[in-house]
Amino acid sequence: MPGKIRSRDEIIAQFKDGQTVMCGGMHNHGTPNALIQCVIDSGARHLTVISIDSADANLTLGRLFHHRLVDKIITSYIGRNTEVVAMLEAGEIEVEFVPQGSLVERVRCGGAGLGGVLTKTGLGTVVEEGRQIVEVNGTGEKYLLETALRADIGLVRARMADPLGNLAYRGTMRNFNPLIATAADLTLVDADMLMDVDEIGIDRIGTPGVYVDMVLAK
Amino acid sequence: MDIRNRIAKRAAEYFKAGDVVNLGVGIPGMCSDYAVPGVMFHTENGFIGVGPAATGVQKVEAFSNASSTEFVPVFGSCAFDSAESFAIVRSGRLAATVLGGLQIAENGDLANWTRPGGKFGMGGAMDLVNGVRKVIVAMELCAKNGSPKIVKDCSYPLTGKRCVNHVVTEQCVIDVTPQGLLLVEVLDGLSPEDIQRQVEPRLIVSSSLKQMER
Repeated sequence: MPGKIRSRDEIIAQFKDGQTVMCGGMHNHGTPNALIQCVIDSGARHLTVISIDSADANLTLGRLFHHRLVDKIITSYIGRNTEVVAMLEAGEIEVEFVPQGSLVERVRCGGAGLGGVLTKTGLGTVVEEGRQIVEVNGTGEKYLLETALRADIGLVRARMADPLGNLAYRGTMRNFNPLIATAADLTLVDADMLMDVDEIGIDRIGTPGVYVDMVLAK
Repeated sequence: MDIRNRIAKRAAEYFKAGDVVNLGVGIPGMCSDYAVPGVMFHTENGFIGVGPAATGVQKVEAFSNASSTEFVPVFGSCAFDSAESFAIVRSGRLAATVLGGLQIAENGDLANWTRPGGKFGMGGAMDLVNGVRKVIVAMELCAKNGSPKIVKDCSYPLTGKRCVNHVVTEQCVIDVTPQGLLLVEVLDGLSPEDIQRQVEPRLIVSSSLKQMER
């Protein structure tokens, strides 16, 4: 019973030009590298990427930029990736910076059926530009409104997956991955280990399979 | 002790056992070498209990800090996702954060993520200065070209408004107070006037001015 386990060819067929792709991982750790190779092999271009950072030049997520597949990235930091910095300076990529905590909350909202979240992060800074400032009635407290973010496809790295799409993570490989699993129309998983149903352990599951559409076969 | 270690050692004196603390890259990251036992370190990518740098087989992908360095978890560690990590930051659960600084204003405004026109991004710095209970800037007193980093008003893009509590440099320690910048420690061999010459705002000299160890 394969359940949500899908072949590499089936996964590659999901990527199309112009899609928005959310990707887990931070600074090359906990990144769904096998799925990133699928994106490259699909030939899809003009992508919008949502991720915490842009990794290093031609490493992990950085390979998408190296192959010039990305028109825009929504992220908190690109400073480690010399290629993306050079592309931005040359006007070859659009970069939208969001404070890391706010970016993560926007994705959480996107996956939780919420329209956005109020935060004080970024008040009095350039982050205010283009954002609504909300004063909550009766409190006098001002916040920035950070709106929900979703994607066409979410790329998730997990330590373990079962055929129902239940996922378990390990240490800091978790990072952005459980949020991304919730906030895409199509959630794809690159798991280090494929387990039998019920083998992960009920209390060990970090992402319920209900969020997951396809797990890359080994 | 070299300048960078002197700054890190002094900044770490603000931590006490039981505190959970976030350290930025560079000099701030060196504070963990000088913290009292019982302090735990948080990293933005979802961990409390960051320990020493990993070597050999200890280096695994599952334990790396926000600067991409693999570490060994300490006893009692826990891992969580990025949303939880920043909930911990914004809600004041962290006792302190130590960050670098490009400019600090008289009123406690901090600019530390970019020079004008910079293209790297703010990472998690704006969340940290917004939520952590004590914001400590650890940096050299002046820029490499000798220009002051402690200024009347920041000209660089802000990380946060009125957010800095303490500034630790190789020559002095300054507290941000409602009355202005309070000079609380001066390096052995220097006078308050030596510090005043290198900053823009008028410093208030503490009545209990201490000597900073070399």
